[in-house]
Amino acid sequence: MSQTREAAIVGIHEYPSRDVEGTVSPMQIKAASAAKALADAGLNWSDVDAIYDAGDGGGMSGLTIAEYFGLKPSVIDTTGVGGSSFEFHAAHAKRAIAAGKAKVALLTYGSTAHSNARAIGVGGRGGGGMHPADNMDAFAGMTLIANYAMVAQRHMHDYGTTSEQLAEISTATRCHAMRNPEAVKAMEDLEFLDIRETTIEDVVNSRMIADPLHLLECCMISDGGGAVVIASPEIARNCAKNPVWILGTGEATKYPENGGDITVSAAVQSGPQAFGEAGVTPAEMDIAMIYDSFSITVLTILEDLGFCKKGEGGAWVQGGRLRFDRPGDGPALNTDGGGLSSNHPGMRGIFLLIEATRQLRGESCSQVDGAKLAVAHGNGGMLGSRHAAGTVILGRD
Amino acid sequence: MNEAKRPLPNAAEFDTRQFWSHTRNKKLTYQQCKNCNTIVFYPRAHCTGCTNGDLEWKTASGKGKVYTYSVVRQSYHPFFRTKIPYAVAWIDLDEGPRILSNVVGVDDPLTDIKIGMPVTVEWEEHEELNIPLFKPV
Repeated sequence: MSQTREAAIVGIHEYPSRDVEGTVSPMQIKAASAAKALADAGLNWSDVDAIYDAGDGGGMSGLTIAEYFGLKPSVIDTTGVGGSSFEFHAAHAKRAIAAGKAKVALLTYGSTAHSNARAIGVGGRGGGGMHPADNMDAFAGMTLIANYAMVAQRHMHDYGTTSEQLAEISTATRCHAMRNPEAVKAMEDLEFLDIRETTIEDVVNSRMIADPLHLLECCMISDGGGAVVIASPEIARNCAKNPVWILGTGEATKYPENGGDITVSAAVQSGPQAFGEAGVTPAEMDIAMIYDSFSITVLTILEDLGFCKKGEGGAWVQGGRLRFDRPGDGPALNTDGGGLSSNHPGMRGIFLLIEATRQLRGESCSQVDGAKLAVAHGNGGMLGSRHAAGTVILGRD
Repeated sequence: MNEAKRPLPNAAEFDTRQFWSHTRNKKLTYQQCKNCNTIVFYPRAHCTGCTNGDLEWKTASGKGKVYTYSVVRQSYHPFFRTKIPYAVAWIDLDEGPRILSNVVGVDDPLTDIKIGMPVTVEWEEHEELNIPLFKPV
């Protein structure tokens, strides 16, 4: 199957602060990031003819975000599937550009989750909402972390996976975070204790939050945001930076089913679509940007994308395989430090695209020499119940 | 000072209100399609297995097995923070439906709950409806 080059990431920006101390709004973070990403591409606001918003632009953001940015787009997409929204947006932007409906697409994200002191992970949920699934679940007090923990518990039961194996995800991402000044600053601003590279023992000896997940297997809650600009081949070839091509995309959703296997995520559906369209295999990936809300999220998704067989992820990640300085041994995981140790304002998917682009440009703090191919996989919603998966395969010329 | 209460379902929610109505009589119910035999759970007004569905309510035995669970050690919720450590679990009912609930009636949830463990429903009584929790058989 021949690879097509229909659209490319040409501009990126990650908002540097993870603690804005209530001084700016999510909308301001979005706009500031958009301007920087457009400048990174050598483009301007007036070049944008397609906008994508995950709902962080407020209710009916399709109506309001163009006005806020001062744009007159002819493609407006407000797909909101949690943290994976931005992988869906990249897929939709590629299709809109390939269909000739747009030339320059702008994806933005802004959040002040930390300043708002939202207890994302352990807040528990309130009384019965009006969605029937929520109305069946809310009485049980399942925290977000417990939702993911139930996947880990079943994975351990079925496959003998250990906490020490899951901890490999945490230690690899922390290793990368310590090389990223913005990630170190983030951990300082969010008052992490004892900021340093971690060991497997550190992770498994950290406080249990929801069995079997420990504190150091859980992502941070930060402020933050960013922007990504995607353009047609004609524009991409004349931008300031080398294009990072969107080679393949996949989208899927999964939900609790009677008799279903909780250890399998929607990545089993989105992954083959994306790799198939790109005409590449997981083994060829230099970089894996995989949504690390928790250690178990990455482990299941690595299996589901086909890096190894279902159930073998624990053994596969052992020995530091996911570190950036082990080329040829498997992909480098979340080389910006991930949601575990760099940036998680609630919907991390945009940072997966941003860091994958840095790697393929040669701009990462934990650069893999000669990186040519990357996979960005967003998981939105909750892994142990209903969630969405967006897989994007990226490559350079 | 008001005591924090367990968050209760909305008894008027369109798809699930009959399920919750049945709990007043401590009946744990699910739907099955008379046309295609699909078990529908959580409850809905339509069959997800066929387009001319004919759903009927069935009463489950209340017996099942723990499919997976987690013991929550940290919560900021005003009610659940008082219950720490407590177990949330997906329970596979013998009839097929998988339901989210709590495993109760164990001395220590950290050691006394196992995947595959047989459990049976234990109703927590409330004014408008009852809540299905599960305890070891």
